[in-house]
Amino acid sequence: MKILVTIKQVPDTATQVKIAADGKTIDTTGITWIVSPYDEFAVEEALRIKEKRGQGEVVAVSLGPDRVKEALRSSLAMGCDRAIHLNDAAWSAADTLATAKALAAVIKQEAPQLVLCGRQAIDDDMGAVTAQLAELLGWPCAYWIMEAAIDADGKTVRAARQVEGGLEVFDLPLPAVLAAQKGLNEPRYPTLKGIMGAKKKEIKDVKAADLGIASEPSQLSIVGLEALPPRPAGRIIQGDVPTAVKELVRALREDAKAI
Amino acid sequence: MTFDLTSEQQLIRATAREFAETQIRPIAAEIDRDSRFPHETVKRMGELGLMGMVIPERWGGSGAGAQAYVVALEEIARVCASHAVVMSVNNSLYGDPIARFGTDAQRERFLAPVASGHAHGCFALTEPQAGSDATNQATLAVRDGDHYVLNGRKRFITTGREASFALVFCQTDREKGHRGITAFVVEKGTRGFTVGKTEDKLGIRASDTAELVFDDCRIPAQSRIGEEGQGFKIAMTAIDGGRIGIAAQAVGIATGAYERSVAYARERKAFGVIIGEHQMVQWILADMAVAIDGARLLTRKAAALKDAGRPYRTAAAMAKLFAAETAMKVTTDAIQVHGGYGFIREYEVERAFRDAKITQLYEGTSQIQKLVVARHLLRGDHGGA
Repeated sequence: MKILVTIKQVPDTATQVKIAADGKTIDTTGITWIVSPYDEFAVEEALRIKEKRGQGEVVAVSLGPDRVKEALRSSLAMGCDRAIHLNDAAWSAADTLATAKALAAVIKQEAPQLVLCGRQAIDDDMGAVTAQLAELLGWPCAYWIMEAAIDADGKTVRAARQVEGGLEVFDLPLPAVLAAQKGLNEPRYPTLKGIMGAKKKEIKDVKAADLGIASEPSQLSIVGLEALPPRPAGRIIQGDVPTAVKELVRALREDAKAI
Repeated sequence: MTFDLTSEQQLIRATAREFAETQIRPIAAEIDRDSRFPHETVKRMGELGLMGMVIPERWGGSGAGAQAYVVALEEIARVCASHAVVMSVNNSLYGDPIARFGTDAQRERFLAPVASGHAHGCFALTEPQAGSDATNQATLAVRDGDHYVLNGRKRFITTGREASFALVFCQTDREKGHRGITAFVVEKGTRGFTVGKTEDKLGIRASDTAELVFDDCRIPAQSRIGEEGQGFKIAMTAIDGGRIGIAAQAVGIATGAYERSVAYARERKAFGVIIGEHQMVQWILADMAVAIDGARLLTRKAAALKDAGRPYRTAAAMAKLFAAETAMKVTTDAIQVHGGYGFIREYEVERAFRDAKITQLYEGTSQIQKLVVARHLLRGDHGGA
């Protein structure tokens, strides 16, 4: 079974995000880039499906500038068989729809039986590409997946998605698109053998023209980015305990309106 | 000259760091306090490929090379020096000499399980009367047909209790002095081979340091590594590589203490400002940063020479000397930055301080490193360009 995993390279979760001078993008100076954690669940699940079935191929795909190669290499080190890098200036301002169109074009060429994505990237938290991708392909799609099991003859996938208080279980005919939620699995560390072996694996560069995609204006434009307002200072209530507790309850009820 | 890590080395560093932070950090203080060998995490380090980094893939290692090795070892030591020394001994002192001097049959039997992390190896050179003076070996190996019979004691052997394989150095010809020293691999469970006392130590408390006792221990002649009389050369070659590992361990210990000091200087207030605003604290932090970077560069240089197949004995001694002295100085000053809190176990720079001391002692004391450097520079070897 061929499985394709879409990954996005995002700033490390510990990054102190700064808005760039243009007011519409973030300042990327000094940022450490990582594979978006939800995408790592997708990679891990793809590898487990392949290992369980004893055969198959896992292809990692990412769209972005040259630095994205590092994220692809990290996926190869985890065990993906090869990678495709959608690397073209035409995509430099790609919104979710343009990204989904590019990915859909690659998926049509590759014809995998299953596409695994993260439920959202942790940078802009849009969570839109997976659904757009499924729509463009005309494939069934399930989000927030906590379990995924392919049937023995590889015709359907039983996917359980997280809902309030439980799991909602679907049978989806393949090919299908699934978006991974935290808890689906525990992603492996790349082993050193995996890392050393990754440099021998292929990362294929693909341009927009290779996919027959014409440049079109983004449907979505960013008007501006604003930093969160600074958190107001905490308040320490002084005095003996009975008085302080009374004041705390009053403040929670009347000032914060929390109780 | 480039200071950038290759993309493989960056990934290896990321793996080592994440493993150290998520798996080792939660237990580091406890295993130090209880002197408990961390079997579970060491096993996982083996699965990741950290226990055979300088060993070719063919023999169970990951073939990542010395430069990647020092990068990973530094990350492990930054969190726990005990894990780091187990990793260093397994790679440099046991694995590397068997990969270099063993036959294919010996590599298959003695190296593959150790390089893949399924078993541990140790290096038994030091004796009660032979520390810095390693030529003065009293352990004897006497040939008896197609066997050797070993008698003697080895002291302060890292991983001595836990190791399944010991690389043991014995005198096979007393007349020839250090040219009569021969190397053997002795497997745990061999009759006449027992583990004596495990030491109670100041630092690296989670790694075991034990005495090995050989009492009419018969081993097959096929367990001899290299030729008779080649043992001292094998030991010194192993230790040259080992010193690069210990240098990386020292850089890691210093880095951990330095990072804690910087964080503390940013939050602790005295005289109305954070202590990092005080020039005397800034002075200490700057000295720490400069020394650590110097030690790291010397360590990476020695590793690069080793990877390039060039002589690295002097460079390794320089790196080990400077890194060990740096680790001791930085960890001492880290306690000073923390003031009284630094003296308390909870603040962890105390552990780094205790762990740092051993780096000035094992695999050649700082004084022995100076001797090595001086002897070579007087012969025109200044440690490589």
